[in-house]
Amino acid sequence: MKKVLKQGMVVSLVLAVSLVATACGDKSSATDAEGNGGKAKEITLLNVSYDPTRELYSEFNEVFAAHWEQKSGQKVKIRQSHGGSGKQGRAVIDGLDADVVTLALGYDIDAVQQAGLIHEGWQQKYDHNSSPYTSTIVFLVRKGNPKGIKDWDDLIKDGIEVITPNPQTSGGARWNYLAAWGYAMHQNNNDEVKAQEFVKELYENVPVLDSGARGATTTFVERGLGDVLLAWENEAWLSVEELGPDKFDIVYPSESIIAEPPVAVVDKNIDKKGTREVAEAYLEYLYSEEGQTIAAENYYRPTLDSVKSKFEGAFPEIKLFTIDEEFGGWAAVHEKHFRDGGIFTQIYAPK
Amino acid sequence: MHSSTSKRGVLPGFGITMGYSVLYISLVVLIPLSALLLNSTGLTWEKFWDVATDSRVLASYKVSFLTAAAAGLIDTVLGLLIAWVLVRYDFPGKNIFDAMIDLPFALPTAVAGVSLTAIYSANGWIGSLFEPLGIKIAFTPIGITLALMFIGIPFVVRTVQPVLQELDAEVEEAAATLGASRFRTFRSVVLPELLPPLLTGFALAFARGIGEYGSVVFISGNMPMKTEIAPLLIMSKLEQFDYAGATAVALILLFISFVLLLLINSLQRKVRKTAKE
Repeated sequence: MKKVLKQGMVVSLVLAVSLVATACGDKSSATDAEGNGGKAKEITLLNVSYDPTRELYSEFNEVFAAHWEQKSGQKVKIRQSHGGSGKQGRAVIDGLDADVVTLALGYDIDAVQQAGLIHEGWQQKYDHNSSPYTSTIVFLVRKGNPKGIKDWDDLIKDGIEVITPNPQTSGGARWNYLAAWGYAMHQNNNDEVKAQEFVKELYENVPVLDSGARGATTTFVERGLGDVLLAWENEAWLSVEELGPDKFDIVYPSESIIAEPPVAVVDKNIDKKGTREVAEAYLEYLYSEEGQTIAAENYYRPTLDSVKSKFEGAFPEIKLFTIDEEFGGWAAVHEKHFRDGGIFTQIYAPK
Repeated sequence: MHSSTSKRGVLPGFGITMGYSVLYISLVVLIPLSALLLNSTGLTWEKFWDVATDSRVLASYKVSFLTAAAAGLIDTVLGLLIAWVLVRYDFPGKNIFDAMIDLPFALPTAVAGVSLTAIYSANGWIGSLFEPLGIKIAFTPIGITLALMFIGIPFVVRTVQPVLQELDAEVEEAAATLGASRFRTFRSVVLPELLPPLLTGFALAFARGIGEYGSVVFISGNMPMKTEIAPLLIMSKLEQFDYAGATAVALILLFISFVLLLLINSLQRKVRKTAKE
């Protein structure tokens, strides 16, 4: 019996080894094919992005492909991948062969960099902190603004329900939190204790803490829960456009944060695949007149002056602060606010 | 020669089938689980304990286990009823009804979560009926329990159904001729046979409920210390690229579930033994 058992084990071991071997074999032949892809007529780029940029990039990709073919005679096909920003970053770390990442937070790209896939200093590689377009955090309220919400102060009043996702599960929600924090700091002469009290009161008015931004929008729009939704400006405009301007109004607070969704090439992948030239051109083209116009049409704030002036009035001027000047960058923000035991978790500590 | 055949047992091929089983259990279960362990080795023991016993994490275990247990218990009763109706009675559309039981298996859990939330929230079909009574369903533990009941019910029905089908009607008839009431027959003849599958069904529904993520995040409201489930905390740690912390919480969850399932299993064996005696 024992002998038979042993034989079985040997057979299974051989099977396992051959399985692994064939898997490896497949992989090497696959990379060969891709290696040749550099010289072939058509190249493929993979842009790993976050949820709300789907429409933006499907428009941009077409324009860029035409531009690139005209410039270099090469056909380029761009694949898109969308999902929660943090999840997308993790997928790239775990081996999704992205050529470029266009995520919601510098923090997520930092994580990819720390995994050794992107060279240090990526955020200085392109203009405006490598953020070709920006956005900000605004309020979406029900039509006619029945609760009279004008500014951040109104959000901590009794009886106001604020809808915003959990900053610990949603990258985008971290901008909401930081916008409120920055406002409270400015109102209280940079008194952190008071700022923390303000943010605590704000989150006490949050009846449902959704895990992601789209979930929060659904809660506000479909379930009819809450008086105000904290949202990215572009998302707010999209909601109004899609759901009818007769249902919601957008309120601009007196000040807010500049949300900078940055872009970067994934150095390790493009060097392996030989796509550096086209990947870099792809990101640079986001800064061009055409790229900026597409961004603006999708309600992202353009950074190029000529396009800015073309869309004057579409993006109201409010006082904006950046994460770097206000908080000293993402690493500091994470350490202070969002890690376990940080200020956000203290808000929910039992008394 | 003779001795070797006698040692072989009645059915040939034990060695190779056992080898296959070991290979596949390794590939599908053991290797991923050991990767889980490996991931948490980034933590010192002290840090591991800090993460695992953080008050917010503890509160989330409580929510996860209590709602999963409640949903499992309700499913056990409802599942028995459904299985009973399906086995004992004939009615038009029975086949369709029977097939529908498995739908929660096939439905992506996020879809279930979104539709359940739509129905049970304050402006939904059912939620709006309860709202005037001051009962909130969505975004409370009641909502979580309902979502877990939905995804757990097939486990109970599908484990009880075959046993009920195998049950001899003659035994019940004998009990009846001996003068037992319907209730007595059920309690002393039918129920002992059904207890082991009911326990299995409960254990499966309970275990599924503990780990459930997709259908719950939408309906729970995710309020820390109140309606936040443990799997959401794991996701939240992953979102912060804290792999080690996430696996620490997952390991504790896995450990408690394993102990509970072990308890249920041994209870089940005991029940089966007493039923046979």
